[in-house]
Amino acid sequence: MSAQEILILSYVKEGSVDPSGLELLNPATELASKSDMKVSIAILGTEDDSLAQDCIQRGADQVYLVPNPALGNYNSDAYVAAMTQVAQEIDPSIVLISRNTEGRELAPRVAFRMGTGLAQDCLEVSIDTETNRMLANRPVYGGSAIAIVDCQSDPQFAAIRPKAYETLEADPSRSGEVTTISVDIPDDIIKVRTVETVTEESEGIQLEDARIVIAGGRGLGGPEPFEQLGELADLLQGAVGASRAAVDSGWIPHSQQVGLTGKTITPDVYITVAISGASQHMAGCTGSKVIVAINKDPEANIFKDAKYGIVGDWENILPALTETVRELTQS
Amino acid sequence: MSIKIAVLAKQVVDPDMPPSAFKIDEELKQVTTPSTIPPVVNGFDENAVEAALILKDALQASVTVISSGTQFALDVMKKPLSMGADELVLLEDDAFSNSIDTFSVASILASAINKLGGFDLIICGRQASDWDNAQLPLGLAELLGMPCITLGKKVDIEEDKVRVERVTSEGYEIIEGTLPCVVTVSNELGQPRYPTLRGIMAATRKKPTVWTTNDLDINVGTLTPKLQLRDLFVPVSTQECEFIEGDDDAEAAKNLALRLREEKLI
Repeated sequence: MSAQEILILSYVKEGSVDPSGLELLNPATELASKSDMKVSIAILGTEDDSLAQDCIQRGADQVYLVPNPALGNYNSDAYVAAMTQVAQEIDPSIVLISRNTEGRELAPRVAFRMGTGLAQDCLEVSIDTETNRMLANRPVYGGSAIAIVDCQSDPQFAAIRPKAYETLEADPSRSGEVTTISVDIPDDIIKVRTVETVTEESEGIQLEDARIVIAGGRGLGGPEPFEQLGELADLLQGAVGASRAAVDSGWIPHSQQVGLTGKTITPDVYITVAISGASQHMAGCTGSKVIVAINKDPEANIFKDAKYGIVGDWENILPALTETVRELTQS
Repeated sequence: MSIKIAVLAKQVVDPDMPPSAFKIDEELKQVTTPSTIPPVVNGFDENAVEAALILKDALQASVTVISSGTQFALDVMKKPLSMGADELVLLEDDAFSNSIDTFSVASILASAINKLGGFDLIICGRQASDWDNAQLPLGLAELLGMPCITLGKKVDIEEDKVRVERVTSEGYEIIEGTLPCVVTVSNELGQPRYPTLRGIMAATRKKPTVWTTNDLDINVGTLTPKLQLRDLFVPVSTQECEFIEGDDDAEAAKNLALRLREEKLI
């Protein structure tokens, strides 16, 4: 191995470094402390030095800026080409990438193009002190089981679930190097193009940003109860979420789905109403600080992860809960 | 012109089995299921079959379902045929066991796809409900040198292009790609159709093509895993739930609100 380096592959999103890429400086510095490697991050689509300085303050020893007109907006073909070129030039020991919406597409393709194996959707990465290689901890079977995976090919490559790690605080005393890397992205490698973007997301506080989320499931039986959830969410300045069953029934848009195939959220309080708590749902919310469960089945899986629970009928509970919250928040 | 479509389908343990039936043999590092719970075709792969059949309803198209694995339950794997797919190709060999290493599986499938003369469109489910990798379609696209569009909720072919409505966190986007192309679909595509009686009869008569390593041009080196499963276990929750009670549901609700306030959570 030529370079003892941990490389994060990230990019610019709305003028800043993609927040879920920035989070990866946390596991990268942790891995580096155990293995004496340096931490670097490549940022596609910018030559803005202030972005590089932000990464340095949050843990990077080295920042690679990768400006190119083809990297202005996300395009999977262009990003895969650029990331592969950067990673091949740097030849790191370990590559980390966020498994966010874009990373879901990018990580497997970059790993395959480099001929290496990818540990997908990891919650945690560490160094095995005996073999000095990366181990990845990742949920499988919809979150019913955890797999520990050995990365046996080079570079060792992991895609990390967004919000699995917190972004490190900026430390202005840190220093690091900034280098610009040029990549070649000929137009004829672009085989897919976005021709239209349609936004369906609800107004108000966004699900991922909300401090309090009230979510409903199959047991609500229809779309109307979601309006009641909305009323409670408004009082608490929170957002409304849903299980896949409720989304598949057409009661609420997909943009509000929490779970393995929906959004991953980490609110302070997650209140579930008539959600059984299948592992696929829990995969999207176990990072919540406190889970509150309302379900009529005392054996429901959701109570295993809940800190507070009520066993009972949501039709009686929800109005009373909303009323009391109204009194408390308006007094 | 007829469009050649391949659908990749995986046999998985039934994800809807009761949680109490979900057991792991930690020695073998694999999930064991009671024999009373038969395997199923991965749910998202049924969405992929549906996407292919919607195209076949509108255009001249052939639909070939390809699966790699071991110990196939033939009646389970024939379901896509009874829904309306034309052919079934099973890649069955002990070397193709259900590995967490996607690289080897993708290499096997790429080899079979080349042997079948290639396809205009390869449709896959967004991820399999066992390893939840969401990796194989993208890796396969790389090995075959094709573009890949993920998370489709609607897939159309217009002349020499595929047009996909792709689910995003805010809504959806429309993406166009050149053929040949790999497309993955999600449950937002809608319920897969039920097999018709005629479809079931036709599927009964159809024989799948079964290939092993000997039938495929595979370098055994590509089957050396790049990732190895070190451990597989069921996570233990340490959370203790405090059940809030009251004389009736409404009082319990009130007490819950007061408790959350006390803890400064609301």
